[in-house]
Amino acid sequence: MRVLVDEVSKVYADRGGHPVEALAGVTFTVEAEELVAVVGPSGCGKSTLLNMVAGLLPPSAGLIAFEGALAPGRPPTAMVFQEFALFPWRTVQANVELGLEEAGRPAAERHAIARRFIDLTGLGGFERKYPHQLSGGMRQRVGIARALAVDPAVLLMDEPFSALDAQTRQLMQEELLAIWERTRKTILYVTHNIHEAVWMADRVVVLSRRPGRVLDIVPVELKRPRTEAMAAAPALLQAVERIWALIKSQAREALREGAA
Amino acid sequence: MTRLAVPDRTRALVRREHRVARVLGLLALVVAWEAVTRTGWVPALFLPSPLGVLAAGAEMLGTGELAVHLATSLRRIVLGFGLGALGGVSVGLAVGVFSLAEAIGNPLIAATFPIPKIALLPLLILWLGIGEASKVAVIMLGVFFPMAINTYTGVRQADPLLIRAAVSFGAGRWSVIRKVMLPSALPMIFAGLKLGAGTSLLLLVAAEMIAASSGIGFLILNAQNLMETTKLMVGIVLLSLLGLASHWLLVRLERAALPWRAQA
Repeated sequence: MRVLVDEVSKVYADRGGHPVEALAGVTFTVEAEELVAVVGPSGCGKSTLLNMVAGLLPPSAGLIAFEGALAPGRPPTAMVFQEFALFPWRTVQANVELGLEEAGRPAAERHAIARRFIDLTGLGGFERKYPHQLSGGMRQRVGIARALAVDPAVLLMDEPFSALDAQTRQLMQEELLAIWERTRKTILYVTHNIHEAVWMADRVVVLSRRPGRVLDIVPVELKRPRTEAMAAAPALLQAVERIWALIKSQAREALREGAA
Repeated sequence: MTRLAVPDRTRALVRREHRVARVLGLLALVVAWEAVTRTGWVPALFLPSPLGVLAAGAEMLGTGELAVHLATSLRRIVLGFGLGALGGVSVGLAVGVFSLAEAIGNPLIAATFPIPKIALLPLLILWLGIGEASKVAVIMLGVFFPMAINTYTGVRQADPLLIRAAVSFGAGRWSVIRKVMLPSALPMIFAGLKLGAGTSLLLLVAAEMIAASSGIGFLILNAQNLMETTKLMVGIVLLSLLGLASHWLLVRLERAALPWRAQA
Protein backbone atom coordinates (compact mmCIF):
# COMPACT_ATOMS: atom_id res chain seq x y z
CA MET A 1 0.00 0.00 0.00
CA ARG A 2 1.09 3.53 -0.80
CA VAL A 3 1.21 6.37 1.73
CA LEU A 4 0.34 9.83 0.49
CA VAL A 5 1.36 12.88 2.51
CA ASP A 6 0.03 15.94 0.73
CA GLU A 7 0.68 19.54 1.82
CA VAL A 8 0.44 18.57 5.47
CA SER A 9 0.84 21.27 8.13
CA LYS A 10 0.60 21.08 11.88
CA VAL A 11 0.08 23.96 14.27
CA TYR A 12 -0.31 23.35 17.96
CA ALA A 13 -0.64 25.58 21.01
CA ASP A 14 2.29 25.71 23.42
CA ARG A 15 1.84 25.98 27.19
CA GLY A 16 1.22 29.70 27.00
CA GLY A 17 -1.45 29.13 24.37
CA HIS A 18 0.66 30.59 21.56
CA PRO A 19 0.46 28.82 18.23
CA VAL A 20 3.60 26.93 17.22
CA GLU A 21 4.04 25.79 13.64
CA ALA A 22 5.57 22.30 13.71
CA LEU A 23 5.22 21.32 10.05
CA ALA A 24 4.52 23.44 6.98
CA GLY A 25 3.30 22.02 3.69
CA VAL A 26 5.04 18.66 3.80
CA THR A 27 4.54 16.51 0.71
CA PHE A 28 5.99 13.09 -0.12
CA THR A 29 4.91 9.53 -0.80
CA VAL A 30 5.95 6.11 0.38
CA GLU A 31 5.49 3.53 -2.37
CA ALA A 32 4.45 -0.05 -1.66
CA GLU A 33 7.33 -2.17 -0.33
CA GLU A 34 9.50 0.90 -0.06
CA LEU A 35 11.55 1.89 2.97
CA VAL A 36 11.50 5.66 3.31
CA ALA A 37 13.42 7.44 6.05
CA VAL A 38 12.66 10.91 7.36
CA VAL A 39 15.61 12.84 8.81
CA GLY A 40 15.89 16.32 10.20
CA PRO A 41 17.39 18.32 13.05
CA SER A 42 15.83 17.98 16.48
CA GLY A 43 12.51 19.74 16.74
CA CYS A 44 11.74 19.48 13.02
CA GLY A 45 8.42 17.73 13.66
CA LYS A 46 9.40 14.32 12.33
CA SER A 47 7.77 12.47 15.22
CA THR A 48 4.71 14.69 14.84
CA LEU A 49 4.57 13.62 11.20
CA LEU A 50 4.71 9.94 12.11
CA ASN A 51 2.03 10.33 14.76
CA MET A 52 -0.23 11.94 12.18
CA VAL A 53 0.29 9.03 9.77
CA ALA A 54 -0.58 6.68 12.66
CA GLY A 55 -3.82 8.59 13.30
CA LEU A 56 -2.69 9.63 16.78
CA LEU A 57 -2.66 13.33 15.91
CA PRO A 58 -4.86 15.17 13.41
CA PRO A 59 -3.11 17.39 10.83
CA SER A 60 -4.04 21.09 10.89
CA ALA A 61 -4.11 21.23 7.10
CA GLY A 62 -3.45 18.93 4.20
CA LEU A 63 -4.21 15.27 3.60
CA ILE A 64 -2.72 11.98 4.74
CA ALA A 65 -4.11 8.97 2.89
CA PHE A 66 -3.42 5.36 2.01
CA GLU A 67 -3.84 4.15 -1.56
CA GLY A 68 -4.44 0.54 -2.45
CA ALA A 69 -6.58 -2.36 -1.33
CA LEU A 70 -6.44 -3.38 2.30
CA ALA A 71 -7.48 -6.90 3.27
CA PRO A 72 -10.21 -6.91 5.94
CA GLY A 73 -8.89 -7.22 9.50
CA ARG A 74 -5.52 -5.80 8.51
CA PRO A 75 -4.67 -2.43 10.05
CA PRO A 76 -3.16 0.22 7.76
CA THR A 77 -0.37 1.06 10.23
CA ALA A 78 1.42 -0.17 13.31
CA MET A 79 3.99 1.80 15.25
CA VAL A 80 7.34 1.00 16.83
CA PHE A 81 8.08 3.57 19.54
CA GLN A 82 11.39 5.16 20.46
CA GLU A 83 10.83 4.47 24.18
CA PHE A 84 9.53 0.95 23.34
CA ALA A 85 6.16 1.59 25.07
CA LEU A 86 5.88 -2.00 26.28
CA PHE A 87 3.35 -2.85 28.98
CA PRO A 88 5.41 -3.62 32.09
CA TRP A 89 2.68 -5.91 33.48
CA ARG A 90 2.63 -8.10 30.37
CA THR A 91 5.06 -10.82 29.46
CA VAL A 92 6.85 -10.72 26.10
CA GLN A 93 4.20 -13.08 24.69
CA ALA A 94 1.30 -10.98 26.00
CA ASN A 95 2.90 -7.75 24.77
CA VAL A 96 3.23 -9.15 21.26
CA GLU A 97 -0.41 -10.31 21.37
CA LEU A 98 -1.75 -6.85 22.26
CA GLY A 99 -2.67 -5.72 18.75
CA LEU A 100 -4.12 -9.13 17.90
CA GLU A 101 -6.37 -8.93 20.96
CA GLU A 102 -7.68 -5.57 19.84
CA ALA A 103 -8.30 -7.04 16.38
CA GLY A 104 -10.50 -9.67 18.04
CA ARG A 105 -8.45 -12.72 17.01
CA PRO A 106 -9.18 -15.93 18.93
CA ALA A 107 -6.68 -16.91 21.63
CA ALA A 108 -5.14 -19.90 19.87
CA GLU A 109 -4.55 -17.90 16.69
CA ARG A 110 -3.06 -15.00 18.68
CA HIS A 111 -0.74 -17.37 20.39
CA ALA A 112 0.50 -18.95 17.18
CA ILE A 113 0.99 -15.63 15.37
CA ALA A 114 2.80 -14.09 18.33
CA ARG A 115 5.07 -17.13 18.51
CA ARG A 116 6.00 -16.73 14.86
CA PHE A 117 7.06 -13.11 15.28
CA ILE A 118 8.79 -13.80 18.58
CA ASP A 119 10.94 -16.32 16.69
CA LEU A 120 11.43 -13.96 13.73
CA THR A 121 12.75 -11.20 15.98
CA GLY A 122 15.06 -13.53 17.88
CA LEU A 123 13.06 -13.52 21.11
CA GLY A 124 12.61 -17.29 21.31
CA GLY A 125 12.94 -18.49 24.90
CA PHE A 126 12.00 -15.09 26.35
CA GLU A 127 8.21 -15.47 25.97
CA ARG A 128 7.50 -15.47 29.70
CA LYS A 129 9.89 -12.69 30.68
CA TYR A 130 8.66 -9.26 31.67
CA PRO A 131 10.06 -6.16 29.90
CA HIS A 132 12.08 -5.06 32.94
CA GLN A 133 13.97 -8.34 32.75
CA LEU A 134 15.17 -7.58 29.20
CA SER A 135 17.96 -5.40 27.81
CA GLY A 136 17.12 -2.36 25.68
CA GLY A 137 17.81 -4.21 22.45
CA MET A 138 15.58 -7.12 23.46
CA ARG A 139 12.81 -4.74 24.49
CA GLN A 140 12.80 -3.09 21.10
CA ARG A 141 12.64 -6.53 19.48
CA VAL A 142 9.39 -6.97 21.41
CA GLY A 143 8.23 -3.60 20.07
CA ILE A 144 9.00 -4.70 16.53
CA ALA A 145 7.39 -8.14 16.97
CA ARG A 146 4.26 -6.48 18.41
CA ALA A 147 3.99 -4.20 15.38
CA LEU A 148 4.70 -6.91 12.81
CA ALA A 149 2.25 -9.35 14.44
CA VAL A 150 -0.80 -7.33 13.36
CA ASP A 151 0.49 -7.48 9.76
CA PRO A 152 0.12 -3.74 9.10
CA ALA A 153 0.15 -2.44 5.53
CA VAL A 154 2.68 0.18 6.63
CA LEU A 155 5.16 -0.13 9.48
CA LEU A 156 5.88 3.17 11.24
CA MET A 157 9.12 3.44 13.18
CA ASP A 158 9.83 6.43 15.42
CA GLU A 159 13.59 6.53 16.08
CA PRO A 160 13.34 2.88 17.09
CA PHE A 161 17.01 2.38 17.90
CA SER A 162 18.05 5.77 19.25
CA ALA A 163 17.69 4.66 22.87
CA LEU A 164 20.14 1.79 22.28
CA ASP A 165 23.92 1.79 22.54
CA ALA A 166 25.90 2.09 19.29
CA GLN A 167 26.78 -1.60 18.91
CA THR A 168 23.30 -2.84 19.67
CA ARG A 169 21.90 -0.25 17.29
CA GLN A 170 24.04 -1.49 14.42
CA LEU A 171 23.03 -5.10 15.02
CA MET A 172 19.36 -4.15 15.23
CA GLN A 173 19.59 -2.19 11.97
CA GLU A 174 20.99 -5.24 10.23
CA GLU A 175 18.31 -7.46 11.71
CA LEU A 176 15.56 -5.07 10.71
CA LEU A 177 16.88 -5.02 7.14
CA ALA A 178 16.92 -8.83 7.14
CA ILE A 179 13.33 -8.87 8.35
CA TRP A 180 12.43 -6.33 5.68
CA GLU A 181 14.00 -8.55 3.00
CA ARG A 182 11.75 -11.37 4.14
CA THR A 183 8.50 -9.47 4.69
CA ARG A 184 8.87 -6.58 2.20
CA LYS A 185 6.85 -4.30 4.42
CA THR A 186 6.26 -0.71 3.46
CA ILE A 187 8.20 1.19 6.12
CA LEU A 188 8.25 4.84 7.13
CA TYR A 189 11.27 5.31 9.35
CA VAL A 190 12.00 8.45 11.37
CA THR A 191 15.53 9.07 12.65
CA HIS A 192 17.93 11.89 13.41
CA ASN A 193 20.86 9.71 12.37
CA ILE A 194 21.76 10.48 8.73
CA HIS A 195 24.00 7.46 8.32
CA GLU A 196 21.27 5.18 9.63
CA ALA A 197 18.72 6.76 7.30
CA VAL A 198 20.88 6.26 4.21
CA TRP A 199 21.96 2.77 5.20
CA MET A 200 18.39 1.56 5.68
CA ALA A 201 16.28 3.51 3.19
CA ASP A 202 15.44 3.55 -0.49
CA ARG A 203 14.77 7.27 -0.27
CA VAL A 204 15.45 9.84 2.44
CA VAL A 205 13.09 12.74 3.07
CA VAL A 206 15.11 15.62 4.54
CA LEU A 207 13.18 18.03 6.73
CA SER A 208 14.20 21.55 7.76
CA ARG A 209 14.07 22.80 11.31
CA ARG A 210 10.82 24.13 12.70
CA PRO A 211 8.53 24.60 10.97
CA GLY A 212 9.51 21.39 9.19
CA ARG A 213 9.52 21.63 5.40
CA VAL A 214 10.85 19.14 2.87
CA LEU A 215 14.33 20.37 1.94
CA ASP A 216 14.94 17.52 -0.47
CA ILE A 217 14.15 13.89 -1.15
CA VAL A 218 17.39 11.98 -1.65
CA PRO A 219 17.33 8.59 -3.40
CA VAL A 220 19.88 6.05 -2.18
CA GLU A 221 21.44 4.23 -5.15
CA LEU A 222 22.56 1.24 -3.16
CA LYS A 223 21.75 -2.37 -4.00
CA ARG A 224 19.82 -4.67 -1.74
CA PRO A 225 20.34 -6.65 0.30
CA ARG A 226 22.59 -4.17 2.02
CA THR A 227 25.73 -5.70 3.45
CA GLU A 228 28.39 -4.49 5.87
CA ALA A 229 30.80 -4.16 2.93
CA MET A 230 28.66 -1.29 1.61
CA ALA A 231 29.33 0.82 4.71
CA ALA A 232 32.06 2.66 2.77
CA ALA A 233 30.39 2.54 -0.66
CA PRO A 234 30.68 5.83 -2.60
CA ALA A 235 26.92 5.96 -3.21
CA LEU A 236 26.29 5.76 0.53
CA LEU A 237 28.88 8.36 1.46
CA GLN A 238 27.71 10.74 -1.25
CA ALA A 239 24.13 10.54 -0.03
CA VAL A 240 25.23 11.09 3.58
CA GLU A 241 27.29 14.12 2.55
CA ARG A 242 24.50 15.57 0.49
CA ILE A 243 22.04 15.28 3.38
CA TRP A 244 24.51 16.60 5.95
CA ALA A 245 25.13 19.64 3.73
CA LEU A 246 21.39 20.29 3.73
CA ILE A 247 20.97 19.90 7.47
CA LYS A 248 24.24 21.36 8.81
CA SER A 249 23.32 25.03 8.99
CA GLN A 250 19.85 24.13 10.25
CA ALA A 251 21.23 21.99 13.04
CA ARG A 252 23.68 24.72 14.00
CA GLU A 253 20.90 27.27 14.30
CA ALA A 254 18.82 24.84 16.33
CA LEU A 255 21.76 24.30 18.65
CA ARG A 256 22.24 28.04 19.12
CA GLU A 257 18.60 28.47 20.05
CA GLY A 258 18.90 25.70 22.58
CA ALA A 259 16.53 23.62 20.46
CA ALA A 260 13.69 24.96 22.59
CA MET B 1 57.67 5.75 44.45
CA THR B 2 54.97 5.45 47.10
CA ARG B 3 51.91 3.47 46.39
CA LEU B 4 48.46 4.34 47.69
CA ALA B 5 45.80 1.63 47.55
CA VAL B 6 42.33 3.06 46.87
CA PRO B 7 40.19 2.60 49.98
CA ASP B 8 36.53 1.59 49.79
CA ARG B 9 34.83 4.83 50.74
CA THR B 10 31.33 3.36 50.90
CA ARG B 11 32.10 1.06 53.83
CA ALA B 12 30.45 3.35 56.37
CA LEU B 13 27.23 3.25 54.33
CA VAL B 14 26.74 -0.50 54.29
CA ARG B 15 23.53 -1.58 56.02
CA ARG B 16 23.57 -5.06 57.50
CA GLU B 17 20.51 -7.18 58.07
CA HIS B 18 21.10 -8.04 61.76
CA ARG B 19 18.76 -11.02 61.70
CA VAL B 20 19.50 -12.11 65.25
CA ALA B 21 18.92 -8.63 66.63
CA ARG B 22 15.47 -8.53 65.06
CA VAL B 23 14.31 -11.59 67.00
CA LEU B 24 16.22 -10.74 70.15
CA GLY B 25 14.70 -7.28 70.46
CA LEU B 26 11.18 -8.66 70.43
CA LEU B 27 12.07 -11.50 72.77
CA ALA B 28 13.80 -9.14 75.21
CA LEU B 29 10.68 -6.99 75.44
CA VAL B 30 8.48 -9.95 76.39
CA VAL B 31 11.02 -11.32 78.84
CA ALA B 32 11.44 -7.91 80.50
CA TRP B 33 7.67 -7.55 80.70
CA GLU B 34 7.31 -10.99 82.32
CA ALA B 35 10.17 -10.21 84.72
CA VAL B 36 8.63 -6.91 85.82
CA THR B 37 5.27 -8.57 86.57
CA ARG B 38 7.02 -11.41 88.51
CA THR B 39 8.79 -8.99 90.86
CA GLY B 40 5.44 -7.64 91.97
CA TRP B 41 6.48 -4.00 91.51
CA VAL B 42 3.50 -3.46 89.28
CA PRO B 43 0.15 -4.94 90.37
CA ALA B 44 -1.34 -7.43 87.89
CA LEU B 45 -4.41 -5.23 87.72
CA PHE B 46 -2.38 -2.61 85.87
CA LEU B 47 -0.04 -4.89 83.96
CA PRO B 48 -0.84 -8.58 83.68
CA SER B 49 2.03 -10.91 82.76
CA PRO B 50 2.48 -12.13 79.19
CA LEU B 51 2.07 -15.74 80.32
CA GLY B 52 -1.07 -14.79 82.17
CA VAL B 53 -2.48 -13.16 79.05
CA LEU B 54 -1.60 -16.28 77.07
CA ALA B 55 -3.35 -18.48 79.63
CA ALA B 56 -6.43 -16.27 79.65
CA GLY B 57 -6.50 -16.33 75.88
CA ALA B 58 -6.32 -20.12 75.85
CA GLU B 59 -9.13 -20.33 78.38
CA MET B 60 -11.34 -17.95 76.40
CA LEU B 61 -10.61 -20.00 73.33
CA GLY B 62 -11.72 -23.10 75.22
CA THR B 63 -15.02 -21.62 76.40
CA GLY B 64 -15.75 -20.32 72.91
CA GLU B 65 -15.89 -16.71 74.15
CA LEU B 66 -12.99 -15.68 71.94
CA ALA B 67 -14.48 -17.24 68.83
CA VAL B 68 -17.77 -15.36 69.28
CA HIS B 69 -16.09 -11.97 69.56
CA LEU B 70 -13.62 -12.69 66.79
CA ALA B 71 -16.29 -13.96 64.40
CA THR B 72 -18.51 -10.91 65.01
CA SER B 73 -15.63 -8.49 64.47
CA LEU B 74 -14.36 -10.33 61.42
CA ARG B 75 -17.79 -10.28 59.80
CA ARG B 76 -18.09 -6.53 60.33
CA ILE B 77 -14.61 -5.78 59.11
CA VAL B 78 -14.71 -8.05 56.06
CA LEU B 79 -18.08 -6.69 55.00
CA GLY B 80 -17.17 -3.05 55.63
CA PHE B 81 -13.71 -3.34 54.14
CA GLY B 82 -14.94 -5.26 51.09
CA LEU B 83 -17.81 -2.90 50.29
CA GLY B 84 -15.69 0.19 50.97
CA ALA B 85 -12.82 -1.04 48.79
CA LEU B 86 -15.15 -2.03 45.97
CA GLY B 87 -16.94 1.32 46.07
CA GLY B 88 -13.71 3.27 46.41
CA VAL B 89 -12.03 1.57 43.46
CA SER B 90 -15.12 2.01 41.26
CA VAL B 91 -15.53 5.68 42.11
CA GLY B 92 -11.78 6.31 41.84
CA LEU B 93 -11.70 4.67 38.41
CA ALA B 94 -14.71 6.64 37.19
CA VAL B 95 -13.31 9.95 38.49
CA GLY B 96 -9.90 9.15 37.00
CA VAL B 97 -11.21 8.17 33.57
CA PHE B 98 -14.21 10.37 32.84
CA SER B 99 -13.80 14.13 32.90
CA LEU B 100 -17.46 14.67 33.86
CA ALA B 101 -17.13 12.30 36.83
CA GLU B 102 -13.94 14.12 37.78
CA ALA B 103 -15.68 17.51 37.65
CA ILE B 104 -18.49 16.27 39.88
CA GLY B 105 -16.64 13.80 42.09
CA ASN B 106 -13.43 15.63 42.92
CA PRO B 107 -14.95 18.56 44.88
CA LEU B 108 -17.35 16.17 46.64
CA ILE B 109 -14.52 13.90 47.76
CA ALA B 110 -12.35 16.86 48.75
CA ALA B 111 -15.19 18.25 50.90
CA THR B 112 -16.15 15.02 52.67
CA PHE B 113 -12.76 13.33 52.96
CA PRO B 114 -11.44 15.40 55.92
CA ILE B 115 -14.40 14.49 58.19
CA PRO B 116 -13.19 12.00 60.83
CA LYS B 117 -15.43 9.05 60.04
CA ILE B 118 -15.97 8.17 63.67
CA ALA B 119 -17.84 11.49 64.07
CA LEU B 120 -20.41 10.15 61.64
CA LEU B 121 -21.15 7.08 63.74
CA PRO B 122 -23.90 8.72 65.86
CA LEU B 123 -25.55 9.90 62.67
CA LEU B 124 -25.21 6.46 61.11
CA ILE B 125 -26.75 4.86 64.21
CA LEU B 126 -29.63 7.31 63.92
CA TRP B 127 -30.15 6.40 60.29
CA LEU B 128 -29.35 2.68 60.25
CA GLY B 129 -30.10 1.65 63.85
CA ILE B 130 -27.81 0.33 66.51
CA GLY B 131 -27.31 -3.06 64.80
CA GLU B 132 -24.74 -4.31 62.34
CA ALA B 133 -25.53 -1.89 59.50
CA SER B 134 -24.19 1.23 61.22
CA LYS B 135 -20.92 -0.51 62.19
CA VAL B 136 -20.36 -1.89 58.72
CA ALA B 137 -21.24 1.51 57.25
CA VAL B 138 -18.68 3.44 59.30
CA ILE B 139 -15.90 0.98 58.34
CA MET B 140 -17.04 1.18 54.73
CA LEU B 141 -16.77 4.98 54.75
CA GLY B 142 -13.34 4.82 56.35
CA VAL B 143 -12.04 2.51 53.64
CA PHE B 144 -13.87 4.18 50.78
CA PHE B 145 -11.95 7.45 50.84
CA PRO B 146 -8.35 6.24 50.80
CA MET B 147 -9.33 3.71 48.14
CA ALA B 148 -11.08 6.27 45.93
CA ILE B 149 -8.25 8.79 46.24
CA ASN B 150 -5.49 6.24 45.66
CA THR B 151 -7.24 4.67 42.69
CA TYR B 152 -7.83 8.09 41.17
CA THR B 153 -4.18 9.05 41.64
CA GLY B 154 -3.05 5.72 40.19
CA VAL B 155 -5.22 6.12 37.10
CA ARG B 156 -4.01 9.67 36.53
CA GLN B 157 -0.42 8.45 36.76
CA ALA B 158 -0.89 6.02 33.87
CA ASP B 159 1.87 6.61 31.31
CA PRO B 160 0.43 8.62 28.37
CA LEU B 161 2.89 6.83 26.09
CA LEU B 162 1.32 3.45 26.96
CA ILE B 163 -2.15 4.87 26.38
CA ARG B 164 -1.00 6.13 22.97
CA ALA B 165 0.56 2.77 22.19
CA ALA B 166 -2.66 0.96 23.11
CA VAL B 167 -4.70 3.33 20.96
CA SER B 168 -2.29 2.90 18.04
CA PHE B 169 -2.98 -0.84 18.20
CA GLY B 170 -6.71 -0.26 17.99
CA ALA B 171 -7.69 -0.10 21.68
CA GLY B 172 -10.96 1.66 22.43
CA ARG B 173 -11.79 3.47 25.64
CA TRP B 174 -12.83 0.33 27.53
CA SER B 175 -9.70 -1.50 26.43
CA VAL B 176 -7.50 1.39 27.55
CA ILE B 177 -9.18 1.40 30.98
CA ARG B 178 -8.84 -2.37 31.40
CA LYS B 179 -5.40 -2.89 29.87
CA VAL B 180 -3.54 0.32 30.74
CA MET B 181 -5.23 2.40 33.44
CA LEU B 182 -6.27 -0.36 35.82
CA PRO B 183 -2.90 -2.17 35.80
CA SER B 184 -1.14 1.21 36.16
CA ALA B 185 -3.27 1.97 39.22
CA LEU B 186 -2.79 -1.43 40.87
CA PRO B 187 0.26 -0.50 42.97
CA MET B 188 -1.59 2.56 44.29
CA ILE B 189 -4.71 0.46 44.87
CA PHE B 190 -2.72 -1.95 47.02
CA ALA B 191 -1.18 0.94 48.94
CA GLY B 192 -4.76 2.11 49.57
CA LEU B 193 -5.83 -1.36 50.71
CA LYS B 194 -3.03 -1.46 53.30
CA LEU B 195 -3.97 2.01 54.50
CA GLY B 196 -7.66 1.03 54.58
CA ALA B 197 -6.93 -2.13 56.57
CA GLY B 198 -5.47 -0.05 59.39
CA THR B 199 -8.33 2.44 59.27
CA SER B 200 -10.95 -0.27 59.33
CA LEU B 201 -9.45 -1.88 62.43
CA LEU B 202 -9.51 1.48 64.18
CA LEU B 203 -13.11 2.17 63.23
CA LEU B 204 -14.18 -1.36 64.13
CA VAL B 205 -12.93 -1.00 67.70
CA ALA B 206 -14.39 2.50 68.05
CA ALA B 207 -17.80 1.40 66.79
CA GLU B 208 -17.79 -1.65 69.03
CA MET B 209 -16.90 0.45 72.04
CA ILE B 210 -19.74 2.88 71.41
CA ALA B 211 -22.59 0.50 70.81
CA ALA B 212 -22.17 -3.26 70.74
CA SER B 213 -22.73 -6.38 72.80
CA SER B 214 -20.03 -8.45 71.12
CA GLY B 215 -16.84 -8.02 69.18
CA ILE B 216 -13.26 -7.31 70.17
CA GLY B 217 -13.90 -3.65 70.95
CA PHE B 218 -16.74 -4.67 73.27
CA LEU B 219 -14.51 -7.31 74.84
CA ILE B 220 -11.86 -4.72 75.69
CA LEU B 221 -14.27 -2.13 77.10
CA ASN B 222 -16.27 -4.71 79.01
CA ALA B 223 -13.11 -6.23 80.52
CA GLN B 224 -12.07 -2.78 81.68
CA ASN B 225 -15.43 -2.20 83.34
CA LEU B 226 -15.07 -5.50 85.20
CA MET B 227 -11.40 -4.76 86.07
CA GLU B 228 -10.37 -7.88 84.15
CA THR B 229 -7.14 -6.43 82.81
CA THR B 230 -5.87 -9.80 81.58
CA LYS B 231 -8.91 -10.20 79.31
CA LEU B 232 -8.44 -6.61 78.15
CA MET B 233 -4.89 -7.46 77.12
CA VAL B 234 -6.15 -10.55 75.27
CA GLY B 235 -8.31 -8.22 73.21
CA ILE B 236 -5.38 -5.92 72.46
CA VAL B 237 -3.12 -8.81 71.46
CA LEU B 238 -5.91 -10.13 69.27
CA LEU B 239 -6.16 -6.75 67.50
CA SER B 240 -2.44 -6.67 66.93
CA LEU B 241 -2.56 -10.18 65.45
CA LEU B 242 -5.49 -9.16 63.27
CA GLY B 243 -3.51 -6.18 61.98
CA LEU B 244 -0.48 -8.35 61.27
CA ALA B 245 -2.58 -10.99 59.54
CA SER B 246 -4.37 -8.51 57.29
CA HIS B 247 -1.09 -6.89 56.29
CA TRP B 248 0.50 -10.26 55.57
CA LEU B 249 -2.51 -11.27 53.49
CA LEU B 250 -2.43 -8.04 51.49
CA VAL B 251 1.30 -8.34 50.82
CA ARG B 252 0.81 -11.90 49.54
CA LEU B 253 -2.12 -10.77 47.42
CA GLU B 254 -0.07 -7.89 46.04
CA ARG B 255 2.77 -10.21 45.04
CA ALA B 256 0.34 -12.50 43.27
CA ALA B 257 -1.41 -9.63 41.49
CA LEU B 258 1.73 -7.73 40.50
CA PRO B 259 4.14 -10.44 39.35
CA TRP B 260 5.98 -7.94 37.13
CA ARG B 261 7.09 -6.00 40.18
CA ALA B 262 8.79 -8.98 41.78
CA GLN B 263 12.55 -8.65 41.75
CA ALA B 264 13.96 -10.78 38.97
